[in-house]
Amino acid sequence: MDASDIQERVVKILTPYVKDQEALASVSAGTNILEDLKVNSARLVDVVLAFEDEFDIEIADEDVDAVNSVGDCVELIGKKLG
Amino acid sequence: MSAGRRVVVTGLGVIAPNGNGVAEFERALREGRSGLRHREDMQELGFGCQVAAVPEGVEALAERSFSAEELFAMNAIHRYAALVALEAWQDAGLARPDAADDRVDWDSGAILGTGIGGMDTIGDRVVPFVNGKKVRRLGSTAVEQVMASGVSARVSGLLALGNQVSTNSSACATGVEAIALGAERIAQGAAERMVCGGAEIATPYIWAGFDAMRVLSRRFNAAPEQASRPLSASAGGFVPGAGAGALLVESLDSARGRGARIYAELRGAAINCGGHRSGGSMTAPNPEGVRRCIRAAVAAAGIAPAEVQAISGHLTATAADPREVACWADALQRGPGDFPLITSTKSLIGHTLGAAGAIESVAALLMLQNGFVHASRNCEDLHPEIAPYADSVPHELHKAPELRLLMKAGFGFGDVNAALVLQKWED
Repeated sequence: MDASDIQERVVKILTPYVKDQEALASVSAGTNILEDLKVNSARLVDVVLAFEDEFDIEIADEDVDAVNSVGDCVELIGKKLG
Repeated sequence: MSAGRRVVVTGLGVIAPNGNGVAEFERALREGRSGLRHREDMQELGFGCQVAAVPEGVEALAERSFSAEELFAMNAIHRYAALVALEAWQDAGLARPDAADDRVDWDSGAILGTGIGGMDTIGDRVVPFVNGKKVRRLGSTAVEQVMASGVSARVSGLLALGNQVSTNSSACATGVEAIALGAERIAQGAAERMVCGGAEIATPYIWAGFDAMRVLSRRFNAAPEQASRPLSASAGGFVPGAGAGALLVESLDSARGRGARIYAELRGAAINCGGHRSGGSMTAPNPEGVRRCIRAAVAAAGIAPAEVQAISGHLTATAADPREVACWADALQRGPGDFPLITSTKSLIGHTLGAAGAIESVAALLMLQNGFVHASRNCEDLHPEIAPYADSVPHELHKAPELRLLMKAGFGFGDVNAALVLQKWED
């Protein structure tokens, strides 16, 4: 699975949590999840659970601390997938 | 209200087992439409009572009314409460604020109660996930869904409410109590508008305890529409129900200032508890508490008991019905032949517990505004102690263009009582 496939699936998972749906139109690796997409920070745990289900991986709490942007998600998931 | 500013009702919202939305609910009341249905799940689970009253089409309504982001963490009780609060808000001619607009309405609040709360979330997710050692899988939503205050807090976010936002809980008196609390706050001048009401969801986890107590109707499983029998000699317990109701309670000053349509004036309200004495307990009312609550509402309204023309009773279809009617007669000093009209909305929609007082208050306001008293069904065989009041019980739609003053009360487990005096608005 290449990075663009992963990003497409990440964005799909993020979509229902996004308050600013217009920001989705111009989403890129650098898009900040909390600041640009206005995702409620409490919902990040739900997003992580959805990543685990979608990609059949396990994500530790400390991994999540380093995630800020869409690109961070793609990189973390790519690493877990090996 | 006895002390303070005048308080009126300018908006209504309802999700009821026999109709969603104010217009449909009024049609259902006029038709005497029943929301009672046989439940296969209750039958399979071995309930004695296999009838319940549950609103239909709520999911579709919620999806039309809220965004995916808003719906994500809203469990059933949040959806019920939010739908009726939004309807009451818009029915009052108020605009729904944009989620991106940071302005807060500091003069508007909410008191939206529940008897039990998010028991579906506890039963379907919290308990199985914890016992299955999958705590992490609960995600972020469990707390806000099971905290009692989530019911009102969710609404504050949707309507940008900045005044008091609280969830009250007083068992089956919850809905009436919420309206009384909101009205008092406005009368005191602490708020201009309060969204007041209650919500209760449908789940066997809530109904089971009542079934085990043998207080649910169990002899009419094969004839579900007859299973809720308030005032009847053959009443054998209540039918559990679900739904929500909300009133936009407002100061007369505010309502007039913005030219709002007014349904009725909240002339008086009272709340008390029987103190578990003189027969009162966690599950039974002290009759003196009930009488005092009714009298206190009448006194707060500054009316004579003889002026009360109709009563929307608590009347659940248990052994408490004849005692309730006796309390009304005593408190108002109105015996057979002189007794107000009396009806039980629970004959149509069962007992919606923490929502009952709110949904039934919506019914009461529609009856006042439009001059009718809906049929109290399934009591052709009046209880012998109620039979002397037969002339006061409508078995069919009763047209009452002269209807001006109506009382609504709710009485709950814990020996708690709440009563309202509502007066039709006439400019």
